[in-house]
Amino acid sequence: MRIRPRGPRGIVEGDLTPMIDMTFQLIAFFMLVINFSDVEQDQRVTLPASELARPPEAPYEHPLTIHLTENDRFIYGGREVTQLAQLRSALLQETQIILRHTTKKLADVTVIIRADENAKTGLVQQVIQACQELEFERFALRGKFSKDEKIGEL
Amino acid sequence: MKIRNTDRREHIVLQMTPMIDIVFQLLIFFVFTFKIVDPEGDFNIRMPSASASQSSEPSETPLLKVRLRATPDRELASLQLGDVVFDGRAPFFQLQSEIRSLVGDAAGPGSADQEVEIEADYDLKYRYVIRAITAITGYVDDNGQQHKLVERIRFAPLKQ
Repeated sequence: MRIRPRGPRGIVEGDLTPMIDMTFQLIAFFMLVINFSDVEQDQRVTLPASELARPPEAPYEHPLTIHLTENDRFIYGGREVTQLAQLRSALLQETQIILRHTTKKLADVTVIIRADENAKTGLVQQVIQACQELEFERFALRGKFSKDEKIGEL
Repeated sequence: MKIRNTDRREHIVLQMTPMIDIVFQLLIFFVFTFKIVDPEGDFNIRMPSASASQSSEPSETPLLKVRLRATPDRELASLQLGDVVFDGRAPFFQLQSEIRSLVGDAAGPGSADQEVEIEADYDLKYRYVIRAITAITGYVDDNGQQHKLVERIRFAPLKQ
C-alpha cells in the first residue's frame, strides 16, 4: 500500500499566549491571597463563632497561645498536655524565658486562649487562673468570625 | 546622512520553554502553600490576679453579674443578669437589650467604667460563654457597624 505524503511537515506550534495569560492570572491571584503569617491554628479545636470576633488591628507584641480541645486536653507549644499541672510547669518555664531574655513584663504578654466551642467553661477558667498565678494579666479569648451567628437568633 | 537599511530584520524567536517551566513551578508552589484561613478575632480581657486587683481603685458603677447555668448535658439552662432571668427565645439578645438599656447606649462609644462579671457553671459549653461575652461587649447594627457596650469583663472566681 502506498502511503500518501501528507504535505510539508513543519513544526506545529500551538498558540501559547492564552495559556500563559491564564497562568499569570493564577499566579497573581495566589500571590495576593498567600498568607505567610504564622497563624497558630489547630485542627483539633473548633472555635466558637461570634459576629464580633474581628481580627486584632495590630499583632500582639508577645503572644502566647494555649489551645484547649473538646476532650479536655491542652495544646501548648505544639505539645499536647493532659494535665493542668503539666501546662502550669510549661508556662512557668515560659515565664522564666521571658523574664531572663526579654525586657518585657509578664503583664504585657497576651495569653491567647483558643478553646473549643464544646470545651468546659470551668477548664478555660482554670487555665486563666493558672496564668494569673504566674502574673499574666492580658487574655484574649479567641473566636471565629461568623456573620451568621446573630445574637438575636440564638 | 545615510540611513541604514533596516528592512532585513531577522525573525527573533523567543524561547518560551524555560519561562513556562518557571511559571508552572511558581504556580505549583503557590497552589500548595495556599490555605484558606477563617478570620479569627479576640475578646480582650484584662484580668489581673485577685490580690493585684484589690489594690486598684474600685469602680464607681456597680458590678453587673451575669450567671449562666448548665443542664446535665452541658447545654444552657438559664441565663440571668443580676436578678433578671432571661428565658424563652433568644436569651442572649434579651441580655444584650438589657445591657444596652443599663449602659445608656445611644449608638455611642460604650461604657468604659462598667464592669461585668461572668459566673458560669463548670461544665457549661464554652460557646455559651462566648455568646454571653458577645452580647455584653457590643452589637452590630443593620449597617454592619460595630458598637461597643461594656469593655471590662471578668470571670468570677471558680467554685470547686
